[in-house]
Amino acid sequence: MTKVFAGAENIISSLGFTSDENIGNIIRGKSGIVLDDSGMYSPSILPLSKVDHDRLESIRPLSADITRMERMFIASILDAGKRADIDLSSPETLFILTTTKGNIDLLDPVLQAKFGKNRIYLHSMAKVITTYFNNPNKAIIVSNACISGVLGIIYGERLIRAGKYKHIVVSGGDLMSEFIVSGFQSFQSLSEQACKPFDRDRTGLTLGEGAASIILSSSQGIFKETPVKVLGGAGSNDGNHISGPSRTGEGLLVAIQQAMKLSGLTPEDIDTISAHGTATDYNDEMEAKAFSRAGLEEVPLNSYKAYIGHTLGAAGVIEAAISLQSMKRNMLFRSAGYDHHGVSKSIHVIKENIEKEVSTCLKTGSGFGGSNAAVILQKI
Amino acid sequence: MVVVVKKYCSITHKLVRLNGDVVFSYNEEDTYKKFIRAAYRHFETDYPKFFKMDALSKLGFLSVDILVKDAALSEKYSPEKIGLILTNGSSSLEVDEKHQETINDRENYFPSPSNFVYTLPNIMAGESAIRHTFRGENTVLISEGFDADLIFEIAGLALKNGSLDCCVCGWVEQYGNNYESLLFLIERGSTEDVHGISSEDVIFDPSFLLTTYKRLQ
Repeated sequence: MTKVFAGAENIISSLGFTSDENIGNIIRGKSGIVLDDSGMYSPSILPLSKVDHDRLESIRPLSADITRMERMFIASILDAGKRADIDLSSPETLFILTTTKGNIDLLDPVLQAKFGKNRIYLHSMAKVITTYFNNPNKAIIVSNACISGVLGIIYGERLIRAGKYKHIVVSGGDLMSEFIVSGFQSFQSLSEQACKPFDRDRTGLTLGEGAASIILSSSQGIFKETPVKVLGGAGSNDGNHISGPSRTGEGLLVAIQQAMKLSGLTPEDIDTISAHGTATDYNDEMEAKAFSRAGLEEVPLNSYKAYIGHTLGAAGVIEAAISLQSMKRNMLFRSAGYDHHGVSKSIHVIKENIEKEVSTCLKTGSGFGGSNAAVILQKI
Repeated sequence: MVVVVKKYCSITHKLVRLNGDVVFSYNEEDTYKKFIRAAYRHFETDYPKFFKMDALSKLGFLSVDILVKDAALSEKYSPEKIGLILTNGSSSLEVDEKHQETINDRENYFPSPSNFVYTLPNIMAGESAIRHTFRGENTVLISEGFDADLIFEIAGLALKNGSLDCCVCGWVEQYGNNYESLLFLIERGSTEDVHGISSEDVIFDPSFLLTTYKRLQ
């Protein structure tokens, strides 16, 4: 049966523009979340995780008619493309783009006048990106709230396994914007300090922006560093509430169990979990219940949200890329912001970086609309 | 393995069709908003939360509701094996613009959580998942127009790899007074043998999807 390999990961976040740069900062315990006092948001001071604007703008050769969001996607794919022997313009290569809001900043009249209203459509944004790389295929665009990134990896895995494409670039991205900040504020779900996933004193989430890319391929040989395998994954819905997570963890449990079944694994096979961990009261509690019910209480887990914030539709790809690095480096990274256990189940949140053989990783995500997804990565 | 289309439903041009037959038509020269309410009442939907939904979710919700009404899915399948895979073109642009209006002016700043929650196209899938207790895979993909290959690939693979036993899939698009939905209820064929499929079943393939869509125009 076809195997699906994953590697060449790139991450663009507040912690840097490559995987190495991001991971170096994570190992040093550095967070990219800073108190923003740019005056762009109300209230005027709040913790956010933003990509270095000047550095992003200085990336060449990107012309001035490329939006900030497109620039992040393209820069991320350019870097990933260098880490594998892959022809991005080939009809055998597909792009899967995952985002919640894409070019949402173009709703602002000034930016809309510059780039045109049409670019707000995600399919228009996708065309700019595939055209940049001369790729002849229509990109698949996943816009499914905060599980978009995990779903993108799952669909990529299925399409390659079914022999539809040789290579798939899964790239996730979302922007910081007044649109997003004001919306989450209206939900009263933003923390006044950097978020603290699974901690007793957590008070909400911290927003982030960024992009990440992972190349999936049926060929192991294209990767410059040894890749991992994507075993399988699945999505689910709570069928419970459109904006609040399930109280029982049932939906996430369904996704995890389905992912394990498709991968032919049992809970004992999982070495680590990259959880969603947004640091809202209800989300973290829901996840703890789901992991406990899935028989994964002992498995070391972390949330990367206190390093780079919640990057929405990019989160699944960014965090899977960090997990890939965790596996390659045989190191479990500390779950930043976690000081005192703060959920009702005794899940194992990682308190410090540990060098350890990491063979199999479960990546999960949950989001608005009651959606959940889980995917499993394993070393070759 | 064979995937078959059990039923399909469309809402467009002030007409609701089930398996191609018109089951509701609306003759007033009215807005989308009035039409969709009339359709809701006609089908005796009885789900007060409908009126809180944004315009896109109303279309997706009602399309799914009419499609699965008599399908008795919960008797045949466990909830985690029933999925929803929807495609859409404009995402939640209408609601996005509404939200943007509430924040354009700092002197008149009133972002609302009940509006903001609908600034995600997958909320329409979530609404249907709640109504019908669908706990399986639940996805919204964006495409410029009705994309038969995309729907076929993504929904087909979810059934073929065993993630789902049954799926509502298709196209739900709305912006202002432009609206169009076409949904298919697909299941695994009763046998692996193509020739064993009952004559009423239609094989789920891109050409059937596209032909059905073109007939609506």
